Amino acid sequence: MNESLAKEFLQSCCKNKNFILGFVIVISIIIFALFAEQIAPFPYDEAHPEDILVPPNAKYIFGTDNMGRDLFSRIIYGTRITLKVALIGAGLQLVFGVSIGLICGYFGGIADRMLTFVADLTWCIPGMIMALAVVTIIGSGLTNAIIAIAIVNWASYARMVRAKTMSIKNQAFIETGISFGENAISIMLRYILPNIVPILIVTVSMQLPGTIMSTTTLSFLGVGSQPPSPDWGLMVSEGINFISRGPWLCIFPGLALVYTVFGFNVLGEGLRDLLDPRMKSQ
Amino acid sequence: MRKYILKRLGMGMVLLLCVSFLVFSMLFLMPGDPVTIMAGPLVKAENLESLRVQYGLDRPLMVQYVDWLTRIIFHRDFGISYKYRIDVWSLLENSIPISLKLTVTTLIISMVIAVPLGLLCAYKKDTLFDRITVNTSLVLTAIPSFWLAVILMLIFAIKLKWFPLSGFETWKNYVLPISTGVVGGLASTIRLTKSEALDVLREKYVTTAYAKGLDTKTVLIRHVLRNSLIVITVNLFMSLPWLISGYIIIERIFGIPGMGNLMINSIIQQDFNVVQACILIITALTIICNILSDIVLGILDPRIRISVTGGDK
Repeated sequence: MNESLAKEFLQSCCKNKNFILGFVIVISIIIFALFAEQIAPFPYDEAHPEDILVPPNAKYIFGTDNMGRDLFSRIIYGTRITLKVALIGAGLQLVFGVSIGLICGYFGGIADRMLTFVADLTWCIPGMIMALAVVTIIGSGLTNAIIAIAIVNWASYARMVRAKTMSIKNQAFIETGISFGENAISIMLRYILPNIVPILIVTVSMQLPGTIMSTTTLSFLGVGSQPPSPDWGLMVSEGINFISRGPWLCIFPGLALVYTVFGFNVLGEGLRDLLDPRMKSQ
Repeated sequence: MRKYILKRLGMGMVLLLCVSFLVFSMLFLMPGDPVTIMAGPLVKAENLESLRVQYGLDRPLMVQYVDWLTRIIFHRDFGISYKYRIDVWSLLENSIPISLKLTVTTLIISMVIAVPLGLLCAYKKDTLFDRITVNTSLVLTAIPSFWLAVILMLIFAIKLKWFPLSGFETWKNYVLPISTGVVGGLASTIRLTKSEALDVLREKYVTTAYAKGLDTKTVLIRHVLRNSLIVITVNLFMSLPWLISGYIIIERIFGIPGMGNLMINSIIQQDFNVVQACILIITALTIICNILSDIVLGILDPRIRISVTGGDK
């Protein structure tokens, strides 16, 4: 990419309010996750038996839970789990979805029909039910919950990549590539993939909030992260037992989640406007 | 017409068979011996072989599948819950009506609220009212439903004490769960109604209606609402199974003994037969609702029918 183009792109980034707002929020979450040890006043699993269910005050900004653990520190450490969910979740969905979508879109035929059928199949099962079924099979835990959500979500990537590949593969530059003697793999990776990267970025950023929310919901239901992990969903579900005595236990982790989901949502919308103007009207 | 219906029904049967086979094969995809999964971990080692024969697990897979499916379809025999030591169906019999009651009420209430709002948004497109409604509903979707439920609980059950915290005996117990469900689904219904009504507003017969001198209210109700209501209704009832799966969370928070609560408890306690039955029922219901709404839509709207059959009737 030449310099003036990059400059122009950066300028339009700065003009897009959604992008700036989302970017700032997401960066703040990344900073919380990276410097959790420095920001959090206490370790996330340090119990203070003398301060059980203390309301928010100067020492414990968000109060303490039923074991006397500082809620603020736990929420700060929780950003690590959320980012892990976002990174691994999106990574898994991308790898599965893009490779299957590319192969089916490029070669067509039986593989393609099977993909369409499987995608239709996953389409007509409610995502939560499918994720729970997968968790039943492979067992509870955060990693398994992330895998379950990836198995639910990969089809939307595969569909999108497949459709894009099919529309690109008949263009002249692909034929040029083939006549140069490039093999199928290099056509897919070096000719087609770069052309779908912008729309992939948009799709990832639009799917991320949903991925984070579903995984947290699984943790809330008790089949994702297990105690004493500072997962926000798990924290809300543990807090429900003390809802009359310590409502802050439910309020703050949920707020953190809403903040994160909102940030990724706005960032996604900004990216969509920047990279794919045609989708703007939707 | 007949070709369209047959095509949809055939597709539905294939999907049902595939999904039921997938649900059936969960038993064999799980790590561990199927006998221990079905009978629970407390079975003595010397009884394993006799149980294997008793459950028919020594037969070929396809035979087992057909047998399993026929027993479910004709005898409603989903096996035995090893946790509760009773027939799975008798557990489901109690919990399904509770879930259905909740979801259908939610659907009706959200329609009564969201359809007029969506219609007004379409009519007053790009005004302040439209923007406020659409943005509020968007913000509400960004809130995870489990947190929304907790916040409603905090405000109305603990601070204001208007409604009880949990339980399911009186109508008051249902107010908070249903509110959570309604708020969660509001945005998509408003968006659906709005886009549907916008399509209708562009039609020539709406212009004609105005030209006849009808006032706005009559045009909106008699022409726009009537014509968009079909699609809205069908789409809403199609979302019923999705609502049931959404209610897993709500039922768990408010302690309602519906199907979702039963399912999640069974997953945690690894009561496999119950989980399998719940998953099978919800997915089958989803597919049936999908196919039915496709058929109804096809009958009502020839454009959809043509896009499937390729023009010929």
